[in-house]
Amino acid sequence: MTAPIAIIAVLTLAAAVTAMSLRNLVHCALMFMAALAGVAALYLGLGAQFVGFAQVLIYFGAVAILIVFAILLTRGTEPPREPILSKAWITGIAIAVVVFGVLSAMVLSSKALTREPGPTPQLPVHQLGAQLMTKYVLPLEVIGLLLTAALIGAVVIAMHDEEGG
Amino acid sequence: MDQLLVTLKHWLVGLVPSQYAPFFSALLSVGAIAVVFPALFALTTLLERKGLGRIQNRYGPNRVGPYGLLQPIADGLKALTKEDIVPRPADKVVHFLAPLVLVVPVFLALAVVPMGRHMTALDMNAGVLFFFAAGAATELSVFMAGWSSRNKYSLLGAMRAIAQMISYEVPLILASVAAIMAAGSLSTTQIVEAQAGYWGCVPRWFVLTPWGFAGFILFMVAATAESNRSPFDLPEGESELVAGYYTEYTGFKFALFFLGEYLGLFAVSGLGITLFLGGWHAPLPALEWIPSWAWFFAKLLVLIAGFIWIRGTLPRLRIDQLMGLAWKFMLPMALVNIGVAGLWRFMPGGWERWIVCALCVGAAYLLLGGLLSGGKVFAKRVYRYAD
Amino acid sequence: MTPLAAYLLLSALLFAIGLAGALTRRNAIIVLIGIELMLNAANLNFIAFWRFGPNPEALTGVVFVLFSIGVAAAEAAVGLALILSIYRHYRTTNLEQVDSLKG
Repeated sequence: MTAPIAIIAVLTLAAAVTAMSLRNLVHCALMFMAALAGVAALYLGLGAQFVGFAQVLIYFGAVAILIVFAILLTRGTEPPREPILSKAWITGIAIAVVVFGVLSAMVLSSKALTREPGPTPQLPVHQLGAQLMTKYVLPLEVIGLLLTAALIGAVVIAMHDEEGG
Repeated sequence: MDQLLVTLKHWLVGLVPSQYAPFFSALLSVGAIAVVFPALFALTTLLERKGLGRIQNRYGPNRVGPYGLLQPIADGLKALTKEDIVPRPADKVVHFLAPLVLVVPVFLALAVVPMGRHMTALDMNAGVLFFFAAGAATELSVFMAGWSSRNKYSLLGAMRAIAQMISYEVPLILASVAAIMAAGSLSTTQIVEAQAGYWGCVPRWFVLTPWGFAGFILFMVAATAESNRSPFDLPEGESELVAGYYTEYTGFKFALFFLGEYLGLFAVSGLGITLFLGGWHAPLPALEWIPSWAWFFAKLLVLIAGFIWIRGTLPRLRIDQLMGLAWKFMLPMALVNIGVAGLWRFMPGGWERWIVCALCVGAAYLLLGGLLSGGKVFAKRVYRYAD
Repeated sequence: MTPLAAYLLLSALLFAIGLAGALTRRNAIIVLIGIELMLNAANLNFIAFWRFGPNPEALTGVVFVLFSIGVAAAEAAVGLALILSIYRHYRTTNLEQVDSLKG
């Protein structure tokens, strides 16, 4: 891992920690977007350009705006200074620490991960498209169906109820 | 003459020791873009004011230099020296960062547009996708500007602007998918190369095919809406929302928003030229001695003149008319366009495919247009001119 | 430490941060942001394995991540619609007050 990638990784982690700990919701959402931009930069550093650009397009262009609209539509009156963490926050943080401990122990002790890396693989877009249309055509169709179902479901759930409903 | 700038750049890079050569080469490309496009922006502000003035039967600015040519310098000086007011309840960090988040992705998007033969700053395998990803990042800056001002009108303008931008992003991308399909690649230089050559003396540009023509019109309408330009400028409607999401910005930050908006216009026009108008190719074989970058900028100026003309002529659309146009007309039309582009590709060449494709596109246009207007018939517009 | 192990540790840390946020915050939208962060950490894992793994020509990691991003976007949309609907009923997004099924 070279120096620029290490810097981007540190910035991503800092943005993620800030996103989870701020009081102001819109600041949280903006820090989350910064963390996602960092992850997209890491994808580009790993040589997966198509995925990096798709990540920026989908997350910045759609998910960010969804989250921001939801924050603005559910504000109501500004609440008094109530605590931001729930009552069982120590358990939550303990669970997160345990999960990280288990994962890192696995990673550091695995023998399969000591292999030397090969050269950077090329990702020509037309090859990705050809694979999507031949080997992965079933997941492609299923995700089209899933996105349609999610779209219709979200509209139905968030629609105003009829009077008396 | 055509490769003058490229040979100049290679000579300059050759002067630098070889371990810094890639860095220096990137710096030169970026510097060229950072100088040329803001200069074009200054020229466009002047052209727009004079053009709108002439459409409205008056002179534009003509006092500051011969024919008003020094007006952009006066505007720039004014923007730089105005007091920078930030409202007291505003969120200072977000308020400061919003113009930057607008301008930086737009400069990134300009890097993949091929401005001449071998003159693309970044030749990537997925160039068009990079362009759209950079365009998506600008929507976040609109929200940041509107929310951080703590102003009801700014927030309302920002919400409308975001809704408009995400609605028109879908027809924009689908219209360009047809051109990508025909060229077979997402790389901008390869799309331009796919439009080389002539049928007799008619150039092989995509705009001169039925699906390309419909796609070009869809692309340009969606581009006008993406840049919040009239007739889609309800989010910044001067008679309704003061200035929309950049109401609370003064001085240089306002100038940065203006710069970002116009550069976005240039970037998306540049992509339209690349996808549909043949990039830097000349329209006739006899005219190929004119350098390729001159053709690119000539086409860009024609498109800018078109934008200014439309701004001066058409009235503003209401928000529900605007949304209806995007979702009920342009999206189905773009999907039909993709189908027709596929049909064009697989039918054998000759006059049959022209007739079939033109009929498909025309029928879809009439059907969807009839559905959108609800079958209403409008009276012919009558004009009265001032004497 | 090989680069692959470094990327896996990074994604494990990102996952743990998202998990901590999803388990400790009260606001429903921040919980959703934590879940999205966890999904992104998993995607980073896939891309790291694609890059440093034995068979990158099969493009399995990249295709999986593309579908995962699509599914995450759909799930965010439905989740936020649910939050809006709950807000309309309870007038709050505080998860500790949405407890009518408790006990």
